[in-house]
Amino acid sequence: MAEPSKGHDKLMIGQSPTGIYIAHAILILGVIVVAFPIYYTFVASTHSLQTILRPPLPLLPGDRFIENYSEALFGGVGRIGGVPVWTLLFNTTVVALGIAIGKIIISILSAYAIVFFRFPLRMTFFWIIFITLMLPVEVRILPTYKVMVDLGLIDTYAGLIVPLIASATATLLFRQFFLTIPGELVEAARVDGAGPFRFFKDILLPLSRTNIAALFVILFIYGWTQYLWPLLVTNDNQMNTIVIALKKMVSFADADTEWHLVMVTAMLAIVPPILVVVLMQRWFVRGLVDTEK
Amino acid sequence: MATVDLKDVRKVYPGGVEAVKGVSIAIPDKALCVLVGPSGCGKSTLLRMIAGLETISDGTCAFDGKVVNTIGPTERDIAMVFQNYALYPHMKVYDNMAYGLRNRGTPKDEIDRRVRETAKILELSHLLDRRPRELSGGQRQRVAMGRAIVRQPKVFLFDEPLSNLDAKLRGQMRVEIKNLQRALGVTSVYVTHDQLEAMTLADILVVMNAGKVEQMGNPLDIYEQPASTFVASFIGAPPMNLLPITNGKFTDGSALSITAPAGATILGFRPEDADVTESAPKQGLTLPAKVEGVEPVGAESFLYCAAAGQRIVVRVSGRALHEIGAKLTVSAPLEKLHWFDKDGKRVG
Repeated sequence: MAEPSKGHDKLMIGQSPTGIYIAHAILILGVIVVAFPIYYTFVASTHSLQTILRPPLPLLPGDRFIENYSEALFGGVGRIGGVPVWTLLFNTTVVALGIAIGKIIISILSAYAIVFFRFPLRMTFFWIIFITLMLPVEVRILPTYKVMVDLGLIDTYAGLIVPLIASATATLLFRQFFLTIPGELVEAARVDGAGPFRFFKDILLPLSRTNIAALFVILFIYGWTQYLWPLLVTNDNQMNTIVIALKKMVSFADADTEWHLVMVTAMLAIVPPILVVVLMQRWFVRGLVDTEK
Repeated sequence: MATVDLKDVRKVYPGGVEAVKGVSIAIPDKALCVLVGPSGCGKSTLLRMIAGLETISDGTCAFDGKVVNTIGPTERDIAMVFQNYALYPHMKVYDNMAYGLRNRGTPKDEIDRRVRETAKILELSHLLDRRPRELSGGQRQRVAMGRAIVRQPKVFLFDEPLSNLDAKLRGQMRVEIKNLQRALGVTSVYVTHDQLEAMTLADILVVMNAGKVEQMGNPLDIYEQPASTFVASFIGAPPMNLLPITNGKFTDGSALSITAPAGATILGFRPEDADVTESAPKQGLTLPAKVEGVEPVGAESFLYCAAAGQRIVVRVSGRALHEIGAKLTVSAPLEKLHWFDKDGKRVG
């Protein structure tokens, strides 16, 4: 149990002061490269359309922060049929949460079945799931669209979410994790009187929580940034997700585009994924630190 | 609280591998039965069949005369201690112990009383709020025991519970398990590959080999009267010396100093029954031998000698003052000799 502190060992690398300066210079440069476009978007979102259209764009935020943000959030944007951005945010949140939670539920249950139960054609089912890994959404998009039309799910949350829920990747991840759970633990639970459902709820779920947290972050962002499928399955501007709306807001003619509102929407579009990453990261880093096995 | 009766129990795996080939054991109430044997002899499979974790291909397993073949592990009312403890890593010690009781719908205050009582017996009271990973190997072992005891089951099953502990702790826990089992009076089945553990714990010792029972009975009886060469070499450390004989001669052609009973082709004697002192009465078996190695262990020493064309071991109490290459005479009294036939079965 008593391990030598690992932090100390890491300090040994790059101990010379020059090394530290160079390392920091590279890190800072990297941060600037990544962060500057975001900062510039923020700056543009606080100026009026006229300022943005008349180059050069100032490097400091302007004074129209409150006006721009309230106009976009609640006033509605002309080019997308006057739908306010908060509706878009709401839609996208529903879709992203639906996809992330749906995928996790479906894949953890299928992995549970495949790993812990013996039923006929078990391996066949596993391979069928595995093979779908090779079929990206784009390949099966036309038949899927046809099914959605026939079911009358165009312009509904269900239509946006359900086709994206099945996930071979998440199923495989959970399967691999479940395979590492020792057989003795399963047997101990059986002896302790835990049936399949209790075992799942009391043992498997708590042990998988770090995996679930990590997957949730990845899948939420996956859902949030979906483009092709929402574009196809929604006609009504009221049902747009924020990424689709952002695209629709931009016209070929510069004068036709309300750039200040586009910038506001872009800023707002990146806030929820950042929040999810920041909040959940803590969670799964903590999970990674106390490995309980 | 229960008798366990195995009648001609078999286990055939899909694919035709027969792991257990017809085993019958009757374990009386409150007895501790130890299944011992080399790995792959079917002892763990047998235990898992008693637990209900493995289906019984043929034969019956009965608790208190009631056949439990088709009953699941939960309803059999057994508790099991696993080799790697199998504690729930995300639960506190308290919850680990309480989990089985909660699943059975035991009232909360009753659970609390029993968990605390058991923790007290096992000296775990101060650890109830810890998680398994914060415990040492010995403490985890205790929690695993506690989880079994707290349930007050009909039968305890132990699957090599001490094999992950260091030698000192193992000795300590061995005594503790024996005392606990006596005090609680719960019928127990204990699987191990360690013959020392088997000898010291067992009320009934079952020596298994290749899916069959080689010998069963009181541990000291088995030690004194091993039924086959397999048992003779498995029980006792270092193992019994076994010397093949043909027509009254050893493999190196030297003649036997005594007459072998009819049908005997192997002569055996235990290292601790042999004597090398010059003054020893030269009755029974005498063998000229040459010392090839000396292993002093403190209270005793083991002499490895070449004799009758074989390597034999002799135990000498205290420190052995023999030099390598020294010639001496090994003797063993008649009543301590064991004879086996060509199939390895005991003769006489």
